Amino acid sequence: MEIVHVYTKKRNEFGRQCNFSDRPAELHVDILPDPSLASNFIERDPCDIPIQCTQEMSEHEVNTERFESDTRGINHVEGGWPKDVNPQEMEQTIRFRKKVEKDEHYFSTIMQLGSNMEHCIKQNNAINIYQEYFEEEEVVEESEEQPSAKTINVFRDPNEIKRTATCLSWHPDGSCKLAVAYSSLGFQNISPDMSYDSYIWDIENPNKPEMTLKPVSLLVCLEYNPKDSHILVGGSYNGQIAYWDTRKGSQPVEMSTIEHSHRDPVYKVIWLQSKTGTDTFSASTDGQVLWWDIRKMSEPTERLVLDPNKKGNLDNALGAISLEFETTMPTKFMVGTEQGLVVSCNRKAKTPAEKIVCTYSGHHGPIYALQRNPFFPKNFLTVADWTARIWSEDIKESSIMWTKYHMAYLSDGCWSPVRPSVFFTVKMDGTLDVWDFLFKQNDPTLSLKVCDEALYSLRVQDNGRFLACGSQLGTATLLEISPGLCTLQRNEKALATAMFERETKREKILEARHREMRLKERSRSEQSKDEDTKEGDGEESVEELATRTEAEFYEIVEAELKKRAKEQEKKRPVLWSGIDLEVEDPSWSGVVCQSIIELSLLSLHAISTLSSLIWYPSCRLILT
Amino acid sequence: MAEVEETLKRIQTHKGVIGTIVVNAEGIPIRTTLDNSTTVQYTGLLHQLTMKARSTVRDIDPQNDLAFLRIRSKKHEIMVAPDKEYLLIVIQNPSE
Repeated sequence: MEIVHVYTKKRNEFGRQCNFSDRPAELHVDILPDPSLASNFIERDPCDIPIQCTQEMSEHEVNTERFESDTRGINHVEGGWPKDVNPQEMEQTIRFRKKVEKDEHYFSTIMQLGSNMEHCIKQNNAINIYQEYFEEEEVVEESEEQPSAKTINVFRDPNEIKRTATCLSWHPDGSCKLAVAYSSLGFQNISPDMSYDSYIWDIENPNKPEMTLKPVSLLVCLEYNPKDSHILVGGSYNGQIAYWDTRKGSQPVEMSTIEHSHRDPVYKVIWLQSKTGTDTFSASTDGQVLWWDIRKMSEPTERLVLDPNKKGNLDNALGAISLEFETTMPTKFMVGTEQGLVVSCNRKAKTPAEKIVCTYSGHHGPIYALQRNPFFPKNFLTVADWTARIWSEDIKESSIMWTKYHMAYLSDGCWSPVRPSVFFTVKMDGTLDVWDFLFKQNDPTLSLKVCDEALYSLRVQDNGRFLACGSQLGTATLLEISPGLCTLQRNEKALATAMFERETKREKILEARHREMRLKERSRSEQSKDEDTKEGDGEESVEELATRTEAEFYEIVEAELKKRAKEQEKKRPVLWSGIDLEVEDPSWSGVVCQSIIELSLLSLHAISTLSSLIWYPSCRLILT
Repeated sequence: MAEVEETLKRIQTHKGVIGTIVVNAEGIPIRTTLDNSTTVQYTGLLHQLTMKARSTVRDIDPQNDLAFLRIRSKKHEIMVAPDKEYLLIVIQNPSE
């Protein structure tokens, strides 16, 4: 079917036809240069002309031609037969064969080849040259390689003003992404230009973060939802909790209201195990642990005040720095406090007083990391002050195993998810320590200096192979550890169980002994109290104890000072100097001379006491 | 003549030997104990392979020449004894 549009136009409407003709060139305008016009212009001197001398580059794209490959087979048919022999005909082929066999050359060749061949056949029959010897013996699997760790990638904070990477979280599926929360933990250290952003990095690309999260205030902690890998929850410096959906963009989907949030920075937020997968709880140094449902962020669903007296008094409360929750024990959780206590709590208790089950004391400083051993949930690791300690749930008075006191403060630690006896710690001098207490108890198995600045956070990936640590300048380093440290060794579980049990037993015995001794003391002091009531209390009251310790303290200080002064005396440089007074005119009386000498000696002495020199000035009077 | 027969028979009766083929320079199987299609396949393939092997050895060192060719596969071993004019191929199941 043709689509045709017909329209008509009259010939006289076209206009006159064009008649072309040739004619020679004509000069229409000739403008000659007029120098007088130059007076309207000023010569520019100097002339500023930019010139670029660079390599000329060009961009080319090449797409190779597709290489097409084909699969072919060969069909074997008989061939090679001489022209006169037809391979299909049996007679002809047989005749040919017989002819060949009669050949003399054939005879000798076959004899010779035959003997060669027989030799090899017999060889084959005699022994199997490819037999594997000692196959039944177990291959000794102990890897002789040294434990090592290698830096794979370094992710730097792209902002000008560097913030500390305070928390890291691995993506739950496949661990190909790392969420890093940046904040500044120094007191009032936040400058107005500091960017509030936190980033999600793709571990293959350290140049640019994959996604930016823009909170209202600096994020102190950040966690991926283990059930839904698009949701992250973060706790910020101003006490609010916010959650993001990576599909929805950089702004938080919802934030908790300020009135109901924490009063201090939220140091840790953890996802809970629930049917809906939307429950989290958060801890902060204001002494509260709050439970949230992210669908309704206006108010926390539950609140717990960490008051050791179990009265719910916020003034008495301990500030919480770390939280621990194990999905296999959903009703229990633990809180690590600023005061060095670990509080174990039961979520399902009826009254708030019963929520706090027990406390574990033993650390001198805030507990920065708290984690149960993934293989032995009864034992947990705490990292605080200058040590890392391993505790057993049953022993509340002290830890069952601990590291020595280090030179630098320990800032974070975690267990290896694949090996029950391996844990990692990071220190403020920028070193990462890998501990394997089945191999060596006194020192870390591997100590690696990751960077020059302090390391603040550490997170191991679920396969135990990669770990990321965050530093003070916002650099997150991704390290791979050697396979020896992330493969389960033979008998490791059994050995670790044995070690834990042994240490727990030892502590139990010690605890029992202490209790006995205390009981004895108490009974003895009670006895003495009965005997001489006039003496007063056998036990000292708090004030007396305070004054006594104060007096002792000052005594010690005095003794130290004296010792130091004595040492200094010995070390002080000695200056001998003398003043010789030559008196020519004997008219000066002896008294005058004596007074002059005394004055000069006094001044010298004053000078000597001011400076810490021992100056032995001497003065001589020479009469001529 | 009878000795040739005897030799070939002796080879065939060794332990583990599955088949024997005698091939001439043109690739025609002169003597075989296997069926036709198998023989043709073996002959065609091994002839080419032996030529290739020989040329490889002589390429590296012209004074050298291929003495024997053994191909050990998972199931059996193919042994080829080459000569200027003929090829003796034996397929054997080596002792396990």
